[in-house]
Amino acid sequence: MTVEIPKEKWTGSVCEVTLGATADEGGTRSCTLTVGGETAMPFLHFEGVTPNPPALALEIRDRKPDDWSLLLHQTWGEAMEDPGEWAKAAETAGADMIYLALSLTTVDGEPNTPENARAVVRKVLEASGLPLAVAGPGQSEVDNELLVAVAEEAVGERLLLGICEEKNYRTIVAAALAHNHLVQSKTPMDVNLSKQLVILIHDMGLPLERIIMDPTTGALGYGIEYGFSVMERLRLAAFQGDTMTQQPMLVNPGFETWKVKESKVGEGVPEAWGDWERRALEWEAITATTLIHSGADILVLRHPESLRRVRAVIDALVNPAATG
Amino acid sequence: MALSGLEIYKLLPQTNCKDCNYPTCLAFAMKLAAKQAALKDCPHVSEEAKVKLEAASAPPIALVTIQGGEGEVQVGNETVLFRHEKTFYHRPGLFWRLRDTDDADELKRKATEADLYTVDYVGIDLHLDGFAVEAASGDPATFNAAVSAILSVSKKPLILLAPTADLAKAGLEATNGTRPLLYAADQDNWEAMAEVAKQAGIPLAVRADTLEALSDLSQKLKQAGIEELVLDPEVSGYLDSLERLTTLRRLALKKTFRPLGYPIITFPGVSGEVDETLLATEHIAKYGGLIVLEEFNPASLYALLVLRQNIYTNPQKPIQVQPGVYEINSPDKDSPLMVTTNFSITYFSVANEVEGSGQPAWLLVTDSEGMSVLTAWAAGKFDAERVAKDSKAFNVEEKVSHHKLIIPGHVAVISGELEEEMPGWEIMVGPREAVDITSYLKAMWLN
Repeated sequence: MTVEIPKEKWTGSVCEVTLGATADEGGTRSCTLTVGGETAMPFLHFEGVTPNPPALALEIRDRKPDDWSLLLHQTWGEAMEDPGEWAKAAETAGADMIYLALSLTTVDGEPNTPENARAVVRKVLEASGLPLAVAGPGQSEVDNELLVAVAEEAVGERLLLGICEEKNYRTIVAAALAHNHLVQSKTPMDVNLSKQLVILIHDMGLPLERIIMDPTTGALGYGIEYGFSVMERLRLAAFQGDTMTQQPMLVNPGFETWKVKESKVGEGVPEAWGDWERRALEWEAITATTLIHSGADILVLRHPESLRRVRAVIDALVNPAATG
Repeated sequence: MALSGLEIYKLLPQTNCKDCNYPTCLAFAMKLAAKQAALKDCPHVSEEAKVKLEAASAPPIALVTIQGGEGEVQVGNETVLFRHEKTFYHRPGLFWRLRDTDDADELKRKATEADLYTVDYVGIDLHLDGFAVEAASGDPATFNAAVSAILSVSKKPLILLAPTADLAKAGLEATNGTRPLLYAADQDNWEAMAEVAKQAGIPLAVRADTLEALSDLSQKLKQAGIEELVLDPEVSGYLDSLERLTTLRRLALKKTFRPLGYPIITFPGVSGEVDETLLATEHIAKYGGLIVLEEFNPASLYALLVLRQNIYTNPQKPIQVQPGVYEINSPDKDSPLMVTTNFSITYFSVANEVEGSGQPAWLLVTDSEGMSVLTAWAAGKFDAERVAKDSKAFNVEEKVSHHKLIIPGHVAVISGELEEEMPGWEIMVGPREAVDITSYLKAMWLN
């Protein structure tokens, strides 16, 4: 008996978005990164294409963070002292993109300044030729002040500027428009909110080819199922032709998992939790792998070992000829 | 395929005799279609109609039950491709593979350790579901002894991995009073395996490397009288696995393709070339039914058990805890009072942290309709008004002598408004993440 594979016929597809610009394109990046373009649910090559594999970014900071897990300090070591060194180390670790998160304060406890943000971004751009994302510390006024300066400093580089949220997106979008960058549009795990913010940003004149959606996800054990289902629903809507849900999706398993107790803490936890390092790495890699299956196009990670493991999964999934 | 009320009506006697206690046959048919009545309530239905109706009402993916000395695992009966469409019902069973080439003591040691493994996640006890015992020695007596050894220390359900009917029988002799899954029938041995499974009244797994061969075999087994089947499509990597398991789920649900309408068993670590945990992750997210692990490692098992719990949570019903004031570590009138939402993960993160700190405290849990702090705040379910209202409703005034309330750092913005809503109270802004509560209490409360 022949068994026929039931196939879906979709009309829509995910928008292709390119981050970074080489010298020919008005920037200084040694390569660009294109994501999106899928025409079927993740990796179902029998009914659609995945022209670009999901990309893996590593998060770095403008200064050594105070609140990161000891395990991360151990793996990055001295590179964390200098954003340029850290960017180089991330590139060596195999990242497709650097995700630079600016801090609220400098190492001395002084408020971060636009001058410092410019200098850090310059340094990272010089240290690594990878496409770059730059996110503010997450307080509207500071974000706007720092990101406007960053956008100007890196004019033409097609940075991904983050984070646009419903309560604060206008200034960041304006900076992206003025200096040829892209934006990260983040909404709290909701299909309609996600769509709405894309519309608002697009209405300001930013082309859809310069918007990345961040639907937000929880870590494994801390609400991953909400993010998972919202992403699946967004992706299904995209294929059904809803144009404002067709942006590539970015999620941040690194940020989400390394703040939870399972990853952060090695002592005073139940014995059944097992070995701390192994658990922490599983937490990040499992969260990322699960979200790859719900349609993530860019995943921001923190640990190079998680990147290596998730990369192997992606390589096997995007290449029908490969085994494993 | 489920029949509509009208389609069912055509198969009924259409006499409106009311013996089913519904006024008309059509009314009864409508109730049947909505699964609110059972066909047996109609004493006059013809045999032919009965067969048709029962076939139509059989679930598109059969339910398979494996029982141990205590407890059971049920898989199958899934009805959707995506969990948001309704929910995924039966969590995939996680089994650890043991081989009879280990001696009895070693098997007992391993089985005991894994049997006792239990881990708490938001108040739910998670554990391994059972063992898959392999007749790797090829010797019936050795296999029988191995199964006995494992059953002497564990009452969990078993899967017997036996390549021949003789080995299967030898293993089954040791499984008295339980209902293991027999693995597996294939092109060569299916008749003998079917005989063994039928005699013992147990479910049988069927293995083939193409879906065509798999459906041919499953039909033969069904004709041989085996109702509960489990499919092994022999996947070994991330991509062939995703393609075949997706195809199987779609065939069952969209085409009601009976020959492949059964739960699926996978062995994510079997090739040795892929990352077992990450392939098991894929199987949990995408359509695995029984997952047999090569390795037992608490750090990885805990993560997979939590993932399974998350993916199989009903999206329409987030797990909530009852709003109210909770006592942690026997607090008194001088103990700190903290507030959070009634989303279970939020509640347990905070409660576990406070408990772990050893510091007695009161925890006010407001009714946020099962949303986490930030989501509830964004939705207006955890604003100053709600916190003030629930503080009053649950009489926090009477619990503490001080007038201090610690709110989650994520909602620092409501502190001003909350002080207006709760005159005479000092609102303290706590940490954003639960993991920082201990150090916060040390720094801000004890000093």
